[in-house]
Order: sequence, then C-alpha cells, then structure tokens
Amino acid sequence: MTDIGPADLEDAARRAVEAATSAGASDAEAWSEGSRSREVRVHAGEVESLTEATGRGVGIRAWIGSRTGYAYGTDLTASGLAELAEAAAGAARVADEDENSAAPEPSGAPPEIEGLRDPAVRRTETAEVIDLAKRIERVALDRDERVTAVEEVVYVDEDGDAAIATSRGVSGSFGSSVAYAFLQAMATQDAEVQTGLGFAVGRSPKALDAEEIGAEAGDEAASMLGATKPKSRTCPVVLSERVTASFAGFIGGALCADDVQRGRSPFADRLGAEVSSAAYVLADDGIDPGGLATAPFDGEGTPRERTSLIADGKLLAYLHDSYTARRGDARSTGNAARASYRSPPSVSPSNLVIEAGELSLQQLLEKAGDGVYITEVAGLHSGVNPVTGRYSVGASGRGISGGELAEPLREFTIAGDLLGTLAAVDAVGSEIRWVPFGGSVKTAPMLVGEMAIGGS
Amino acid sequence: MTLVEEALAGRVLERALSRGGDFAELFCEERQGFSLSIDESRIERPQSGTERGAGIRVIEGEVTRFAHVDGLAEDDLMRAADGLASALDGDGAEPLALKTPNSPILQEIEVDPAGVPAERKAEILRELDERARSAGSEVAQASASYNEGRRQVAIFNSEGLAASDDRTRVRLGVQVVARQNGTVETGFETLGEHRGFELLDGDPARIADQAASQALKLLGADAAPAGEMTVVVGGGFGGVLFHEMTGHGLEADAVQKGASVYAGKLGERVAQPLLNAYDDGVMPHEWGTGAIDDEGTPCQRTAVIQEGKLTSYLYDRLRARRDGVGSTGNGRRASFRDLPIPRMTNTYIEPGDADPEAMIGEVEKGFYAVSFGGGQVEPATGDFVFGVSEGYLIEGGKVTKPCRGATLIGNCLQALERIDAVGTDFEMKTGFCGKGGQTAPVGTGQGHVRIKGMTVGGTAV
Repeated sequence: MTDIGPADLEDAARRAVEAATSAGASDAEAWSEGSRSREVRVHAGEVESLTEATGRGVGIRAWIGSRTGYAYGTDLTASGLAELAEAAAGAARVADEDENSAAPEPSGAPPEIEGLRDPAVRRTETAEVIDLAKRIERVALDRDERVTAVEEVVYVDEDGDAAIATSRGVSGSFGSSVAYAFLQAMATQDAEVQTGLGFAVGRSPKALDAEEIGAEAGDEAASMLGATKPKSRTCPVVLSERVTASFAGFIGGALCADDVQRGRSPFADRLGAEVSSAAYVLADDGIDPGGLATAPFDGEGTPRERTSLIADGKLLAYLHDSYTARRGDARSTGNAARASYRSPPSVSPSNLVIEAGELSLQQLLEKAGDGVYITEVAGLHSGVNPVTGRYSVGASGRGISGGELAEPLREFTIAGDLLGTLAAVDAVGSEIRWVPFGGSVKTAPMLVGEMAIGGS
Repeated sequence: MTLVEEALAGRVLERALSRGGDFAELFCEERQGFSLSIDESRIERPQSGTERGAGIRVIEGEVTRFAHVDGLAEDDLMRAADGLASALDGDGAEPLALKTPNSPILQEIEVDPAGVPAERKAEILRELDERARSAGSEVAQASASYNEGRRQVAIFNSEGLAASDDRTRVRLGVQVVARQNGTVETGFETLGEHRGFELLDGDPARIADQAASQALKLLGADAAPAGEMTVVVGGGFGGVLFHEMTGHGLEADAVQKGASVYAGKLGERVAQPLLNAYDDGVMPHEWGTGAIDDEGTPCQRTAVIQEGKLTSYLYDRLRARRDGVGSTGNGRRASFRDLPIPRMTNTYIEPGDADPEAMIGEVEKGFYAVSFGGGQVEPATGDFVFGVSEGYLIEGGKVTKPCRGATLIGNCLQALERIDAVGTDFEMKTGFCGKGGQTAPVGTGQGHVRIKGMTVGGTAV
C-alpha cells in the first residue's frame, strides 16, 4: 500500500492552517497524522484474524480572538481541508471568550531523540509476527499442565508520522513506531478457571520476548488456582508493578494543571506541601527513549521535557500545556497530549517514571511480614474518584505469610484515598519495568504499610 | 443516502475474492459528530468531526483477513481489497449479485441535531450549569457536555447482502462537585437516546438537579461498610449489574473459547424462576438500538434468560456459523477500523412482581446501591466489580445513611443465583461498553433487584 509521508503531512498541516485563516480564524494550528498498522490474533495455534490498515487525518484548532474551536477529518484534499477549516472556525464562534486561550508560540528547538522509530517494524514480514504470536501461546500452554487454553494472543504494531503547523510559526514532524503483544491464559482445575495476563511493549517485534510474555501469563493463571476470599481487615500490602502503574496513572492525571486549576484534584493548593512518604519519587519524563509517549514535542509543538513531580515527600510541580501555563502564570511543561488527530490537545502525563528503591520483591514481602500481595486490580474506571482521590477497586493476588508468598486470593476489594496511600508507601522495589497501564509508566512493586481489604 | 455505489461495492468484493476466500464483506461508514461543554460557567471545547472510511474482510476457513482505510474513494477501496487478495494464492471466487436492499426501518429523527444552531446547544448547557449551581451553596463546581453523533453505514457482502443504517444519537452529561468543611463529593447524571434533538424538549436540565442532589446527599455520607450483606440495586443504571454479570458471559466469542462461566450452560437453570432477561436491539429510541447490526443482520429481541433458564447466547455471523445457528444481530463494531464482535445492544431484566419498597422493608441489615459509576467483569472466571456512585445503608428495613466509596464485588453465577426479588418498576439508561479495545453504545435497564449475599468493599473494616 502507498503511504503518506512526513513531507505530505507537513504540507497538509500548513495548508490546513492557511485554510483556517482564510475561513476567518485569527490564529490556527493543525496536527496531521499518517500511519500504517498491523494486528494479529492467534488462538489454539491458528490465526484468527489478520488486520492491515492505513490511516490518515488532520485536526484543526482555530481561534477567533480568544474563542477557540476544533474540527477533524480524514479528507486531506483542498476541498476537504476548506470544509474542516470552516467547521473549526464555526465551532470557535460558539465558544465563550477565554482570556487564557491563544495559539501556542514557538518555544525553542525540540530535543533530538534517538530510536523512536525502529525500521524493523516495516521490515518484519507478517509471517514472522504470526510465528511470534504462536510461540507466545505455546510458551504459556507449556508452562504448567493446568494451563489449558489461551483466550487469544494479540500482537499489534504501528509505524507512523505526525506533523504540526501553526499560524505563529510552530512547525515540525516526527516518526515513531510501536509493537506490543499480550495474552490471557486460562488455568483449569476441576470446575475452577483462573486467568493470567502477560504483555510486553517495544519499538519493534524484535523487542518482544515470547518466553517472558507467555511465561508471565501461564504462571499467573496457574498460581491463582484454588483462590479464596480473604478476611476483611487492614494490613500491609505489596502492590505489583501493574498495580503501581495504575495508581501512578491516577496520580499523574490528578497532577494535570487543568483539573487542579478548576479545583477538581486532591492535589489542588498543595504545591510545596507534603503529599507522600519520602520513598515515593515521581517524575513525568517525555524524553526517556524507552517510553512510548516519548516525542520531540507535544501536541502543540512545545518541546517535551522531564518534570520532577514528587520528591522528598513534597509536591514539586503540576503538568502544563500552553493554556494552563498562561492561566497559572507558569511555563508549559510540554504536556499537551493528543490521543490522535481526532481530539484537541489537553494536559496529560507523558511517561510517568517512579524512582526505583533498593529492595527486591522478595525483600518487600519479607518487610511486609503478613499481609496481601496485590497482582491485579479491576474496575478502575468506576472505582476511583479523580476529584476526591478516593478509591475502592476489585483486587486479586496472594497472601503474604511470614514474609513469603502464600495462598492465592481473589474477589476482594482494596480501598482508601490516594494521599493516604502515598503517605503509607514504606518502600519502592528495585525491579523496574515499563507498564502500558495507566498510560506509559516505568515502575516497580511497592510496599504500602496499611490498606483496607474488603473480603469476607 | 449513498456512501458507495452498488456497482463499485460489487467490484470491490470481486477483487477481494479474486484469489480465494469463502466470504467477503465491505463495510462503509461516514461518521459525523459535534460536541460542546460548559465548565466554570464558560462554553468551551466546541468540536466537530467527519470521518469516512471502509473496512473490508475476507474469511477463508477460520481465518479472517481485514483491512481498513480512511476514505471511500475507489482508489482507497481497491487498494485495500488488493492487499487482502495478495495474501491468498487460490482460485478466485465469484460473489453473488447484490440484492437491492429493503429500506431499513429507522428510528424516527424529528429534528436533525446537525441542523440545530450551536447557540441553542450552548443555551441548554447554560441551563444545566445554572440549575446545578442553584441547587445549594455547597455546589463548588459544575460541568456539562453535549454530544451528537450520526453514523451512516452501508454493508455489502459476497452472499448478495446490501444493507444500510443511519443512526443518530444525542446525549447530555453533567457533573457536580460539592464541598463542605473540607469534604468533597461528586454527582453525575446523563440523558441520551437514539433520537434527534427533540430528546432535549421539555426540561433536560432536570439531570443537573439529579446530579447536584447526589453530590449534596453524599456530603453527609459515612464510609461504606465492608463485608457480605444483602444488596438492593436500584433501577435504570443498576442494569449495568446484569450487563457485566451475565451479558458479557453470553457473548459467543467468549463462550466458544471456554472463556465464559456460562459456556455449556444453555438450557440450564442459572437463576431463580422469577428472572427473565433480554438483549433487545429494537427497543424504540434506546441507546443501543439500530435497524441492523454492523454486519447487516436485522437487530432483534433475544430472550437470554427465561424463568431462570439460560435460553440463548449472543451471536455475530462468524460465531453463529461455528455453532450452526443464525446471528442474533449482535455483530457490532466501534467503527470501520474494527472487526465485528458479539456485543450487547440493550440488555435488561424484565420487571417482576415485587414492590420496591417492600423489597427494602424485608432487609434487616444491607446496602442500597442506587447508582453506579460502572463495572468490569472477567467472563472466564466470572469475577466482577462495580463502583457505586450513590449508595445507602439499609437498617431495620429502612434506607438510612448515605455511604461513600463503595464497591460491589462477586462472582457471576453465584450472584445471579442469589437474585431473590425483582421489582415492578423499570427504567433504561445509557452506557458505553468497552471490549477488546472497542467502545459501543449500550442500553442497560431493570427495576429494583435484590441480591442475597454480596460483598461490599468499603473502607469501614
């Protein structure tokens, strides 16, 4: 298939900005994307589905004075862009004036970041990635005879470019690639079924290790067989890196300046205050080459950077885009994110990075003594209130008894509030890993001194 | 409306099957949307979008090959069809001639929302904002959003099917934050239908009163209890409980892989005889309603539980063929960028014969879950969890203190079996269901339902 390249995308963005100013916008910004992606689903040793796709589109943010509107579409022809530009300018006329709303200004040269795109994505034949997915499944099944099936192995890769142009002279483009695979294994014993998840992410299929991914899912499913419900109590818990990633995602979200400025964050008015134990050190890092959200610039062309958020127990910064920076008399931290051209930029964490501690998982368990090791949480979208910081979510994991992993546990809840939980973090583990849950998070297991468990 | 001429569709199908395959399908779509919000009493984020694209699939044996492209030009479609055909090296198959489609029976749209001036939509948001803020001095923040969307789809396949649908949906949502003595609470309410702008006739701002009242009531709330107790679930969005607990486990993809606790249970008793439940894609104007599903199968009403017995799974074409049955019209996709999978439409528990007040009156100590933020289930194990957004203690048969931060957790088969009363009342609510990375509009509904013995997860241990 023919592809749309970075030069075409830069050109489309430029033409979109011109179309918007012709449509009456006093300022405009356009973001264009083109991509090519592939997905393979494997079940029981066979390919279930194979998807190949190309995509392209553009989104225009138009300003009429201090009013702003957005429009997006898939038609990059002159008439398509003219129609979009009219829609964006028309939308701006509906908005109320907002003194802090303005087109972002150019703000310095973006950093050079190596390795965002691995050409191996395009070079790897589909037959090879099918084989990778099949190997992942086989590894999981061979791990334990009680692992009886894998619901499916999903492999996805994508390679694309994005470009930006604004009427104030911001312009640029970059390319990136991603590949990831995950599976859910099922272990069976009598009538009981338990599941286990395995996953990995990288810049190309070469970065994915079938052994590790399959083993993680198979082992977890088998280890959960015979799980029971724990007694309701308050006790020490060790959170797996999957769980600490989800928590980091909520904390990162609550540190975004728009919700803070609108009084909808448990961290509002806490800058400089003590918000956690000293063990919890968190940064937003948009330039770590290992992070999937890494890019030379953010969704409005501001260079990405590293921002220290929590250190020495204190809240050091909020995350900003150009709007919240203007409103909060701060500078943009390069955190204007775009899910795609289909949405206007809004403040969001890039990669959240938790500083590793010194204790291995085994040592964290020993330090906990007796408690619960939480490997999985469920119901996060309804169980966490981002305004109040309170949470109550479903959980599963293992008991901790005498510093060792003990019986599997399921069907219980953990509950508390984010600030209380942060204050109770006793130690962060040393085994750091990139986890694609809660955004893009580099994290480790953690020991929390006290958490409420709701069981029987 | 013609997204793609039939002659072109025929050529695309022919090309897709030119090197083999048992079945080919062309799914064309145009999506248009507009949204607007109010926050801090300021109208903001006006946004409009138009996308055109197509998804083409070729099935050969058990393998599905799929390609999707942005754009509906002949070039785009042929390129995608060629890509699919190039992966095969067999003899070409000839698609059947496309039959002229029957006109779909569409939901009546009296007022096309796209034709309503944006200022009118802004005005409604201002009403919501004012109503929320006037509900009490404790209301600290209010925000609301308006969304309209239109999806026009045209589906053609190599068995001669040519079908189309045109779906317009309008939805309002409002969130209220209340604050008192350092305590912060939130309330949320929505109004949405597969209907035109006439949905907002009358008093749409009533949902602002409801959201504000929820936040204000919670200001006086205690921490939710933790432990096992009898739970009475309220009507309307309480139906999310059935959606998660049972609906997902009935979707045939999970069933066929043994990844559902309902696999192998067809015809068996899974609930008390008082329980009847349906998936109904033809309920007039409901959020999950359509004329056809996203494979061209007419939407229908499927009885899934009759007098406590499991009577049907929910099928798309592929999984129906595997089981040797007909599709139940549940092959849905989030957009042309996705493959169809079995999804619920509007799922509900039929009203029963219990008086809602009496259902609560019989409970000595329990929990009343009026509204939920959402839920999640793992169909393979049957473990589920729901976040309660408005809940109360039941003490001595009376609804007493509001509780904050409660979660309901349990296992599907056990909880379904423990439903011991279904109320005479009934209400449907809108929801967005996520599965396999795809989001679908679904309706959920029920009256009051009582479950004996469910785990409530709160902080008051």
